[in-house]
Amino acid sequence: MDLLERIQKIAGNNMVETAPDGRVVLNMGPSHPAMHGIVRIYLELDGEKVVNSDVEIGYLHRGFEKTCETVNYNQVVPYTDRLNYVSPFINNVGYALAVEKLMGIDTPERCSYIRVIMSEISRITDHLTCIGANAMELGAFTVYFYLINAREELYKLSDSVAGGRITPNYTRVGGLAKDLPEGFEQDAEAVLLKLEKNLSDSEKLLSRNRIFYDRLKDTGKITREEAISYSFTGPMLRACGVDYDVRKDSPYLVYDRFNFEIPICEDCDNYARYLVRIEEIKQSVSIIRQALKQLPKGPISNESYGVSLPPKEQVYSNIEALMAHFKLTFEGPKPPRGEVYFPVEGGNGELGFYIVSDGTHRPWRVRVRPPCFPLTSALSRLIKGGYVADIIATFGQLNMIGGELER
Amino acid sequence: MKEEVLKKRFNVEIRKSGCGQDFAYCRKEDLLEIAGCLKNDLKFAFLIDLTCVDYKGYPGRETMPRFEMVYHFYAHDTRERMTLKVPVEETSPNIDSLTPLWRAADWYEREVYDMYGIHFTGHKDLRRILMYEEFKGHPLRKDYPLKARQPRIPHED
Amino acid sequence: MGLETVFGNSFLTSRVDAAVNWARKYSFFQYPFVTACCGMEFMSVWASTYDIARFGAEFPRFSPRQADVLFVVGTVNEKLAPALRRVYDQMAEPKWVVSFGVCATSGGFYDNYATVQGIDKIIPVDVYIPGCPPRPQAVLDALIKLQEKVDRETVLKYKGLK
Repeated sequence: MDLLERIQKIAGNNMVETAPDGRVVLNMGPSHPAMHGIVRIYLELDGEKVVNSDVEIGYLHRGFEKTCETVNYNQVVPYTDRLNYVSPFINNVGYALAVEKLMGIDTPERCSYIRVIMSEISRITDHLTCIGANAMELGAFTVYFYLINAREELYKLSDSVAGGRITPNYTRVGGLAKDLPEGFEQDAEAVLLKLEKNLSDSEKLLSRNRIFYDRLKDTGKITREEAISYSFTGPMLRACGVDYDVRKDSPYLVYDRFNFEIPICEDCDNYARYLVRIEEIKQSVSIIRQALKQLPKGPISNESYGVSLPPKEQVYSNIEALMAHFKLTFEGPKPPRGEVYFPVEGGNGELGFYIVSDGTHRPWRVRVRPPCFPLTSALSRLIKGGYVADIIATFGQLNMIGGELER
Repeated sequence: MKEEVLKKRFNVEIRKSGCGQDFAYCRKEDLLEIAGCLKNDLKFAFLIDLTCVDYKGYPGRETMPRFEMVYHFYAHDTRERMTLKVPVEETSPNIDSLTPLWRAADWYEREVYDMYGIHFTGHKDLRRILMYEEFKGHPLRKDYPLKARQPRIPHED
Repeated sequence: MGLETVFGNSFLTSRVDAAVNWARKYSFFQYPFVTACCGMEFMSVWASTYDIARFGAEFPRFSPRQADVLFVVGTVNEKLAPALRRVYDQMAEPKWVVSFGVCATSGGFYDNYATVQGIDKIIPVDVYIPGCPPRPQAVLDALIKLQEKVDRETVLKYKGLK
């Protein structure tokens, strides 16, 4: 590769090198102001135009998959929080569902509903952060504050449910760590109202804003076929006109009981991605409202002794419960030998967990299908032929999340 | 439907995993042909995921190949999913690259090369992606110790 | 600064100290070296609800040469370590480092081949913030701690490069 040879010529210290043909090789990252994330992009520029580029990742690789092989099934849950740290509940839920499928167990209805509600809250925080940060990088500071304040309210809500703002560690294999707090319905409704107000304010400021529109419209374009070939999923794919959403195509939990739309847009550019995200937030709000209305009463965990901790009264009065408590605390659940792939719809697209079990209490292999990995692999393609300034808009709408990308 | 086509045309074996999902197994020589058939004839347009599993020390697999490549495909037209598994021997850790068929295979294969040291024949730009060039070994292999660090700059205590 | 060499360890120096430290501690220019999950809380601290601007540290300088405080926010792995060291080396004296969250402080629960077990193995650190990620209140507390620390410094002695 011509570009790589040129980069190798740069002794590592000089940021810029001008080639004889007038082109400039420029290094962007890994710690760059306009990139909320640590990737490094080597750019070959002709004036302001990107001729060629190479994206280097791995600056946040922290050995998630290897570490998971050394802990038991429930101890993996806190690690999943930190995959896509903008939408932690979805990772929790996806992992728990995969292990439950592997063990062949069901969860009570109330648990499924709570998982849906928390997943949608996470999806909203994900999209709010994406749009807010993107808007800030393009100069719209006010919007950032509006959206982050709305996100703050959602964080407070998840804090009240799970005891953590960003890293909730909420699901367990076969259920949840705890039930919803009292008065959650009212709190959630108040937060949703505030969110809707902030969102509509931001929309008024952004959607028809000349600067914002011009910087997003027709930048970062990719054709539908290429997007499929790059294995795009989520809002990026839906902005290319493909209505693929795991929630509709292979419904999990209780998503088939709600009435919601999958927004798509045919324009394949950054503005389309922005519109899809805004619409998805509204759909998520509607799902949360429907779920809160339907929310049944009952237990929140599978009550079999091999899966979740028995109630304390039984532990002190019943030898079987005591043994189950002991074994679960020291070893955790033990799925049978086998393997499973389970996809859920994450903030950025299809989030899949592929788990191989050898019948012991530790997973043999945990593989995450990170939605932003294929997206980031297309970054070079998306910025090619555009201006340097467009990289910021494209990268922002790509919504790269380091924890998930590099694990 | 897809099972019949694959069974008729190729040497593919379909096994049930522990929890009822179908996993198709094939020889690594047939991989490119099967993948081409999946993409063009059976409309599996998405290469959803591509990864590898190291079975060294897995109980009951002592005589079987050490690595298994795992490919997940998805057909949006029929909403079907499909998983293909391809055993790879430790003595010849190489397999055909899927980059001619899917662009997504580019980075996925680089990651597997980085983490497991499997070479992809036909991949034009096979270098490390998550670790750095100076790194020795392949961290996700079962014989790589969890805490074997290879600092790039000296650490002080 | 030059003056202190003339004054030496005297009454005048301590008055210069007081003035300089007062100015420094309420006008931190921070360099956010944001890598991971903690960045989300960093955004929260920065936004209007918690408003780090009340403590005179709201303004991020994305050039290390113009920054006084390096916020290392999130996990630092072996691949990133040289970049962090270089950012630190580029900062002009006087400079302080805040380690934000347990990953930066000690590697957190990532104890494996990829992660650096605390940034203090690479660069000197002034204030550690515990938490995974720390709550915004903890960050503000750390900022006040840093201000107290700056207040006790004297122009006679620079920390110098490690």
